[in-house]
Amino acid sequence: MTSREMMHRSEVAVSVELETPDMTLNIGPQHPSTHGVLRLVAKVDGERITEVEPVIGYMHRGYEKLSEVRTYAQITTLVNRIDWVSGFANEVPFILGVEKLMDIEAPERAQWIRLILSELFRISSHLVFMSSYPLELGATTPLMHVLREREYILELIEGVTGGRFHPNFNRVGGVKPNYGGGSQTKKQSMDLPAGFFKSTLEAMDRMDQICDDIDTLVTGNELIKARTVDVGIIPGDKAIEYGLSGPNLRASGVAYDLRKVENYLPYDQVEFDVISRTGGDCYDRYLVRLDEIRESVKILRQAIDIIPAGPLQVKVPRILKVPVGQVYSRAENPKGEFGYYIVSEGGKMPYRLKIRSTSFSNLTILPWVLKDQLIPDLVAIMGSLDFVLGDVDR
Amino acid sequence: MNFWLELAIKTVLMLVVVLTASLVTIYTELKAGSHMQARIGPYYAGGRWGWAQPLADGAKFLQKEDLAPAKADRTVYGYAPWVVMMSTLAIFAVIPMGPDLVATKLDLGAYFLLAISSLSVLGILMAGWSSANKYSLIGGLRAAAQLIAYELPLVLAVVAVVVQAGTMSLNGIVEAQQATLFTVGGVEIALPFLLTGQIIGFGIFMIAAVAELSRIPFDMPIAESELTMGYLTEYSGIRFTMFFLGEYASMVGLSAIATTLYLGGYAVPFLPESMENFAGPGIFFTKVAVLVFIIIWIRFTWPRLREDQLQWMAWRWLIPLALFNIALVSVFKVVF
Amino acid sequence: MSKDISFPFLGLFKGMGLTFKTMIKKAPVTMYPQEQEIPVPRARGVISLDTEACTVCMLCARECPDWCIYIEGHKEAQVPDKPGGRVKTKSELDRFDIDYSLCMYCGICVEVCPFDALFWSPEYEYSEPKIADLLHNKEKLGEWLETVPEPPALES
Repeated sequence: MTSREMMHRSEVAVSVELETPDMTLNIGPQHPSTHGVLRLVAKVDGERITEVEPVIGYMHRGYEKLSEVRTYAQITTLVNRIDWVSGFANEVPFILGVEKLMDIEAPERAQWIRLILSELFRISSHLVFMSSYPLELGATTPLMHVLREREYILELIEGVTGGRFHPNFNRVGGVKPNYGGGSQTKKQSMDLPAGFFKSTLEAMDRMDQICDDIDTLVTGNELIKARTVDVGIIPGDKAIEYGLSGPNLRASGVAYDLRKVENYLPYDQVEFDVISRTGGDCYDRYLVRLDEIRESVKILRQAIDIIPAGPLQVKVPRILKVPVGQVYSRAENPKGEFGYYIVSEGGKMPYRLKIRSTSFSNLTILPWVLKDQLIPDLVAIMGSLDFVLGDVDR
Repeated sequence: MNFWLELAIKTVLMLVVVLTASLVTIYTELKAGSHMQARIGPYYAGGRWGWAQPLADGAKFLQKEDLAPAKADRTVYGYAPWVVMMSTLAIFAVIPMGPDLVATKLDLGAYFLLAISSLSVLGILMAGWSSANKYSLIGGLRAAAQLIAYELPLVLAVVAVVVQAGTMSLNGIVEAQQATLFTVGGVEIALPFLLTGQIIGFGIFMIAAVAELSRIPFDMPIAESELTMGYLTEYSGIRFTMFFLGEYASMVGLSAIATTLYLGGYAVPFLPESMENFAGPGIFFTKVAVLVFIIIWIRFTWPRLREDQLQWMAWRWLIPLALFNIALVSVFKVVF
Repeated sequence: MSKDISFPFLGLFKGMGLTFKTMIKKAPVTMYPQEQEIPVPRARGVISLDTEACTVCMLCARECPDWCIYIEGHKEAQVPDKPGGRVKTKSELDRFDIDYSLCMYCGICVEVCPFDALFWSPEYEYSEPKIADLLHNKEKLGEWLETVPEPPALES
């Protein structure tokens, strides 16, 4: 044996002795930093993560099974609760799919009201991200400031629909036209209440203000930059490969926005930019969402001027039977692409409703992106992907 | 006066002053911090201002059950909070609040301060070790690593002040800051060390002080996800109160040291000699209050640093800067 | 790593300016329960029942996604208009319970009722210590009828 081989063998022996097995750390379902009951089984070597396996299903509520025994109107009320932060945006693709199957189109004013509510919920969802993400990094004040401003948006939504988080405002063929089914309540319209336009414009001014405040508190903060710049970089092709969508995809350089690609609501009549950045790290994902709030403010200011008068719903029979067919309809949720695959056998209830939820697909990239990261970075990266467990588990 | 009587009076006075200051600090943090977050803090405990909230919290902790983990080392577990508390309270024995209002006038005041305050690291290690909890141990070791890393910039910043003042005695340092620098139209101007070339040193000292306190932005040992409260996990009741009070007392203590070294202590320009013993404590605590407020302000504005960034900042940035500061101050001292 | 923490920290100090400004402004806090938050007229607080108008058609109970409405009724024979005339039957409501621990506050029942018997009311202070007490009967539901507001004026 040459001396070289002997040296090599002794080195191998020493490194085997010094090798410690990886510790399996269970970042369990009850945890302040995972957005809900997500369990991560992580193998860590000191502070470095070598392998991560997300375990989901702690919040499975059985939406797809529930939908098999509920009528379309009842499903609309349930479906708000999938991604509870962006309530209205969950209903929109479902209703659009049913309208496509029934071959009807909602009147102009109803489509504009849907657009306004979708954008309000987009602002609301991104504001929740703005408040919770710095909290995970340690800054405690943006939470309170941002939620204070979010109250104005929720009040606007409550003024129109009656509910702050679960509006239940979409109906097949439009939006909810009147208060009820009786002769008196049918005369009371559920159109936009008086003062809505003025309050919306005031709220939009507040949104501009809070975006500037967040810029001061969070974006310009060197410590936030030290925690998020170049952390969790997801290149564009990997993002497409893993099925990311929404702001996560746009921060990686792929400027894909379903509002421009599929005109499911009159987005072509308003001017807005698709925000995208090339870096793909946590800081870019945060900046994309911040700029999207500003774009939504722009859209809302234009929509208030453009919205035409008109009826709120086309006439549909009281007992709704959807013709036989299958359709996949999708929309741009605040968190990404949200779709429904509806299979109808011609009855009152769908035969099968498959939900393509945004956060489930966004979550699949976790094992890849968390490899060789430090544990504090795990918190930063998971927060920046902005998923909600209700969306993941349905 | 009888030596023992004097000792007893000084001890009691010091304890009263320190504990009152800590309670006021806790209350300020609750109230001012809440207003920074656009909410009101304590409201119902004690009239409309909620001033009795810290007292109520203290009373709640006092009536809790005295429990310790089964496998814990009882002796060490019991002594750890005392070690931390003692090392914090001993700081106040040498800090002057007036030319004669100091418990002992040590010639080695600055040295004593630094030596005693670093004993708290020992207390934290004792707490982490004796809790019989894997995660507490990791938290304790991490906290100890952070504290030891930031001891060095603290000490080096103080060395620069000692060089400029020419003496280690804290009374001497305050009097050195009262030395006339220049006269303007017959009026003698004296400036605190902050304004006479110690601004870098002040910055280093404050950063190191916030890190010594394990507060945001340096509270990774406490806020780490899998460590719950780090070395404090298994503590409850009176022992937890002592750690808690100890943290706020050392906040006041480190601010008091900073005031004495950099802001001129109990002295204010144009104060006649006879008034210094009366107005001294008031002036002193005003300056301490400003610094404590800044520490609280920082806590509510900035996020926390990652562990390795924290260590990088101490070793690669603060220590070279502190050494550079000493060199600069020495050069200026010799030349001017 | 050295580019992470950059000089000269101006961003940090601007953030501190914002927190200071927030501290000196008055906090936007509603001192509940001394001050009450008045919800908007359309707020979905609680469902109220007009017992006179209900004809026990069971539509609301059928359409509820959670099946949280429990209705029992019976038919009563009415006195005929003329002696020897046809006996008409009228439905009488025996029991109309809404289980608010199951209710989703979706509003389908209010919407499908063909007889204007169910109304939304913004009343929100009806929490109970025991979950079984959240099953409210028709007397309680009738009490809430007074709190039903006028529908708001519409945007022109």
